[in-house]
Amino acid sequence: MNFGVDTGFYPLGSCTMKYNPKINEEMAALQGFAGLHPLMHAGLTKGANVVYQEMNKALAAITGMYTFTLDPCAGAHGELTGLMIMRTYHIKRGDLKRTKVIVPDSAHGTNPASAAVCGLEVVEVKSLENGRIDVEALKPLLTDEVAGIMMTNPNTLGLFETEIKTIAKLVHDAGGLLYYDGANMNPLMGVVRPGDMGFDIMHLNLHKTFSTPHGGGGPGSGPVGVAKHLEDCIPDLRVSGFHGNFGVILRAYAYILALGKQHLRKVGQYSVLSANYIKECLKDKYKLPIEGVCKHEFVFDGLINDGAHDDVHGATTLDVAKRLLDYGFHAPTIYFPLLFHQALMIEPTETESKETIDAFIEVMRKIADEAAADPQLLHDAPHCTPISRPDETTAARNPILKYQDTI
Amino acid sequence: MAQLSYLPHTEADIKAMLERIGLGSLDELYSDVHAQFLHKGPYALPDAMSEQEIREWFASLEAKNAKLKVFVGAGAYDHYTPAVIPYLCSRSEFLTAYTPYQCEISQGTLRYIFEYQSLICELTGLDVSNASMYDGPTAAAEAMKMSIACARKKTRVLLSKALLPHVIKVVETYAKFHGVEIGYVPATDGQTSLEALKAELAKDDVAGVIVPSINRFGIIEDHTGFADAVHEEKGVLIEYCDPSALAVVKTPGEWGADIAVGDGQPLGLPLCYGGPYVGFMAVKKEHMRKMPGRIVGQTVDKEGRRVFVLTLQAREQHIKREKATSNICSNESLMALWVTIYLSLMGPEGLKQVNKLSSDGAHYLKAELLKTGKFEDVFPDKPFLKEFVLKPKAFPGQMQKKLEEAGFFAALDTEEGYVSFCVTEKRTKADIDALVAIVKEG
Amino acid sequence: MSKILDELKYSESHEWVKVEGNIAYVGVTDFAQKEMGDITYVDMPEEGDDVLAGEEFGALESVKASSELISPVSGTVVLVNAELEDAPEKVNEDAYGAWIIKVEMSMPSELDKLMDAAAYKKMIGE
Repeated sequence: MNFGVDTGFYPLGSCTMKYNPKINEEMAALQGFAGLHPLMHAGLTKGANVVYQEMNKALAAITGMYTFTLDPCAGAHGELTGLMIMRTYHIKRGDLKRTKVIVPDSAHGTNPASAAVCGLEVVEVKSLENGRIDVEALKPLLTDEVAGIMMTNPNTLGLFETEIKTIAKLVHDAGGLLYYDGANMNPLMGVVRPGDMGFDIMHLNLHKTFSTPHGGGGPGSGPVGVAKHLEDCIPDLRVSGFHGNFGVILRAYAYILALGKQHLRKVGQYSVLSANYIKECLKDKYKLPIEGVCKHEFVFDGLINDGAHDDVHGATTLDVAKRLLDYGFHAPTIYFPLLFHQALMIEPTETESKETIDAFIEVMRKIADEAAADPQLLHDAPHCTPISRPDETTAARNPILKYQDTI
Repeated sequence: MAQLSYLPHTEADIKAMLERIGLGSLDELYSDVHAQFLHKGPYALPDAMSEQEIREWFASLEAKNAKLKVFVGAGAYDHYTPAVIPYLCSRSEFLTAYTPYQCEISQGTLRYIFEYQSLICELTGLDVSNASMYDGPTAAAEAMKMSIACARKKTRVLLSKALLPHVIKVVETYAKFHGVEIGYVPATDGQTSLEALKAELAKDDVAGVIVPSINRFGIIEDHTGFADAVHEEKGVLIEYCDPSALAVVKTPGEWGADIAVGDGQPLGLPLCYGGPYVGFMAVKKEHMRKMPGRIVGQTVDKEGRRVFVLTLQAREQHIKREKATSNICSNESLMALWVTIYLSLMGPEGLKQVNKLSSDGAHYLKAELLKTGKFEDVFPDKPFLKEFVLKPKAFPGQMQKKLEEAGFFAALDTEEGYVSFCVTEKRTKADIDALVAIVKEG
Repeated sequence: MSKILDELKYSESHEWVKVEGNIAYVGVTDFAQKEMGDITYVDMPEEGDDVLAGEEFGALESVKASSELISPVSGTVVLVNAELEDAPEKVNEDAYGAWIIKVEMSMPSELDKLMDAAAYKKMIGE
């Protein structure tokens, strides 16, 4: 009834569904960690203290930031914490009018939502046709009311923001800070450090980049790193009950130890290799809106031949996604980012073998052929899953949200 | 260098894949990155460890942590975890799944969330539960924001000073940045004061009020008249609860509250130094659309079978962006499964029994500690369950140290100068007697 | 082809207005409901709320989208269509029957800025 990374390939764009090492589970379950009460003083938790210190050092080394707080419990929680740090920085300097934050139109929905929770007004900056931030459109937005900009690099199209150097200079010159959304950190592992690109604040998703399991939607962990000049903005912030999701932090620590300095770079390289390989093998069947080398993920804009003819409407991205389930693969992320109408966002990760990836490519090609020949087959998909497409409209119009509503 | 098993690509694979892409080397994959940003030189990381080395290193760290019998609560409670729970939760179909966006292959996750929502509603006596929040304090912070959205035009949220300290701190942090003014309702004789609450409500700017069902002193609060007072001023009453205790104390629904929040940790989650826990939130139906977080609903598929889907998603950040009810995306789904299995195992009777055993132990411990003559009772007439505070007659540092040396984590200092104790069903009479003996000696 | 009624006024954000003296009934056009698909919820203001021309007063929700409702006129909401609370599908079934709010206008001259049926028809290009 349930699909997981251990069940099969999970090429869900922006979600980094990599293998969850089993040793990590065992380490996190050790009674000497699981039995610690969160209010024990530091003298009683010396082993846990080491984990926090070593994680802080390792994350700083990997990202080029100065120090991290491990308190946030998820990516969006990290964003919120990072934005609180951004505001604290300006408030401490007495610069109280910086209440706007710039967010690209391709950003994940949590970016603007976190800004709103943090009391910031969102200003959207447009993307160019090549998927990158429009630097010319950014310039006039950089007023003295701007607290900073939130960026993902590579962005949600899987493209590296080639103008990052210029953007960083423009934002800093205008008195703003650069926030790095670490959702797409995986391709940069061991190759590029956000701190070196000029980012002042960032979060990581330990449940994406650092291999901890997604657990059907959580628990995650969203450590926030800052550059040295923001170090004193962290301590006042209490964003979660105790010390963050320690159990998740333990797992990520075990993963970092397994990678060490020797394997780190391969994570980034192989994830990018796999994504580009899939892109090249499928771009004659699916519309590739932006050519060129991608990072860990890329976006197709639907099928090249969707099979539409006469009164028969063509197969959509949703149809392709549902048909993939029939072949035992999880669907890619669909209809995101919003820049394309038929977005199909594929992220393979470095932990999938070439054999798996080739099987996926073969199925994607087969589905494209099926669509061209008989789109109805796809409209009706999935055919082989435990259930067929549900009636979501009725679910939303007449909500049944607990067992008690059914009796 | 040995190959790492998490990275299955062979040299031949890499070569073939690069050829297909039309590149000569892995480095060319980063040709779009400004050379200045390509990290040169080694990373300041430890050397890669084998699985056995990781095991040994973690064992050495684990050994550095104290292994104590826990007699402290204050927001994290050492209840027993039945063995079946971690076993089921570690099944990879649950553990390694993402958020159930593709419902046709995620009915397992969706179904347990539906069960979780049903159980939370049953415990709280309210109508609608979401699929979980990060932890209790952040759930309270979300409720604070939600009350502002529900009450409209009102700008202030009141916090009982009897709430647990970490709950107050997190709500204050969120409020400061969200632009919500916080007011406080003091406790009189160990209980949130209705008189003081009414005085604050009279200022006509209160959107919501957060009060503890069981407070920082362990006292079971009496909220008679609270809901009426808050509703008269068109505010929202929020109860912060220990869900385990809801089996035996009045529920938020019974008190007339609009929103219930709290931490699911007492429902069999390991202490784990503070997380992962699971925040819960349940609301009255009229506030359903203002609720943050994911929600699962029941519907039918094309063949008419009973199935489950994520629903009411138009409230959420991926659709509403800056206008969403919250920024929450990842939650604590696996811990919600943990709670669901725990409650299914316990049933109403089992949960009552957990409370009875804990309460009996706590009452016995309090009586024995008072007999030592080293404490004053602070709130002798107030009802408590598994947690209580005492005022030490002398500086407690020495006693706490001796307790630690004897293997107990107990007598936690509070902001008010008391020490707090907690007893769960895991603590035996022999444990309690041994603890009291140490106190007597010291 | 979407239905357009000659006797109504239209806004660029696809709301229609039916005027009765100083009172305006506001709903969404047939074109808008088709674009939106199955409507699952209509988020409406409360009676007594003030609305401003060009400002948001509520939202239409479908399973995967949310669309702002923009008021074509300024004034006070004297009534909301309570029927839509439990039956949002009425907007799909009869977009011009399913008014959403009834507004007592404070600036009836704002109506002059709205489109007539012909102009709206031209705008949606049908």
